[in-house]
Amino acid sequence: MELAPSETHDFKRGQGSVLLIACGALAREIIQLIELNNWQHLDVACLPAKLHNTPDQIPEAVREKIRTNRDKYNRIYVLYADCGTGGLLDKVLEEEGDVERIPGPHCYSFFAGNDVFEARAEDDMRAFFLTDYLCRHFDKLVWEGFGLDRHPDMPAFVFGNYEKVVFLAQTKDEALERQAAEIAHRLGLAYEYRFTGMGDLASYMATAK
Amino acid sequence: MSDEEDIVLSELADDELVQQMHDDLYDGLKEEIEEGTNILLERGWQPYNILTQALVEGMRIVGEDFRDGILFVPEVLLSANAMKAGMFILRPLLAETGAPTLGTMVIGTVKGDIHDIGKNLVGMMMEGAGFEVFNIGINNPVENFLEAIEQHKPDIIGMSALLTTTMPYMKVVIDTLIEKGMRDDFVVLVGGAPLNEEFGKAIGADSYCRDAAVAVETAKDFMKRKHNQMSASA
Repeated sequence: MELAPSETHDFKRGQGSVLLIACGALAREIIQLIELNNWQHLDVACLPAKLHNTPDQIPEAVREKIRTNRDKYNRIYVLYADCGTGGLLDKVLEEEGDVERIPGPHCYSFFAGNDVFEARAEDDMRAFFLTDYLCRHFDKLVWEGFGLDRHPDMPAFVFGNYEKVVFLAQTKDEALERQAAEIAHRLGLAYEYRFTGMGDLASYMATAK
Repeated sequence: MSDEEDIVLSELADDELVQQMHDDLYDGLKEEIEEGTNILLERGWQPYNILTQALVEGMRIVGEDFRDGILFVPEVLLSANAMKAGMFILRPLLAETGAPTLGTMVIGTVKGDIHDIGKNLVGMMMEGAGFEVFNIGINNPVENFLEAIEQHKPDIIGMSALLTTTMPYMKVVIDTLIEKGMRDDFVVLVGGAPLNEEFGKAIGADSYCRDAAVAVETAKDFMKRKHNQMSASA
């Protein structure tokens, strides 16, 4: 989709009539898209990205955000995929009513494009995906988060069934590319780079009115 | 639970060593678990007693603290890795000594999914609890489950998935069992991060197990019921 701005927009929270309740891991990309597209009607409320470590807590956290903000906005959209909630997020949205979420099982899928991701699912079964966010925060979230820094045999234990790291890049950033390649090297996995841009996130946000 | 002082495992009395192995499992110290296991074997302990008293009891504590939010995933992974090392030593000996079995389980990760840490942990805990476990690995189409069922005649089938996209495949396996008229021959337990009780019910599993400790308790419970039913009908 065309992302060229018609005019510049300096996003500030607390403005706009439509609220996007989003995963903190998407905040940077969402704000970039809002500013690039001059979507002044959109506001954003993020939940902590670390909720991904406890996906069972995502649905209720989203519910609370919906209830807190329902009266303040004309419409609310959720920028979480299913994200390991096993359908419970969808159940919460159905219960709350009139709130929909971006389609897809997880952000890797909607960044790649849900159709493309599904078509490649079999080939990518042994892929560990990185996004720009995950690449930036890999050491904190994964390397330290899974104790890989503390035990030399842990990477093989955790990543033993993976064959490759696939970097689904949202932006063209050479430093991130180098970092992703280094992560693959560190994990002893093959490396593949795929530029996705914002994928389905951009087209979905364009419909949020 | 770490101790500042250097502890020489071989100098500890049996009960102290077992207690120390609980601590070492808690701290995920793989080499210490290997050493402790070997020391107890040298002292003439039955493999089954080492398994249940040192390893499984240690993992029970880990499981409880994980459930209560005291330990987190990385710590549990380290503990599981340490237990795996102990099991590696004990498994062939358990087979030789004919340790008692509560029942037989076939366990695998379903088609399209390569994640096996949780599944392996369940397998180890089930072995530790006295089940004979046939772990058929990752990415299993229904045919693999059927083949393993035919070969091992299990009481329990365990299925695991980590992904929202792969968990529906569990229903394919259960539906196939129904089609073949075999569903009631087995207890089907399912687990994995994105699953929940509702999903377990919706696909026709006997039970959703939140973690490895729950899986063991659920399996024991089903086996007890099965034995009671058999006694009642005898």
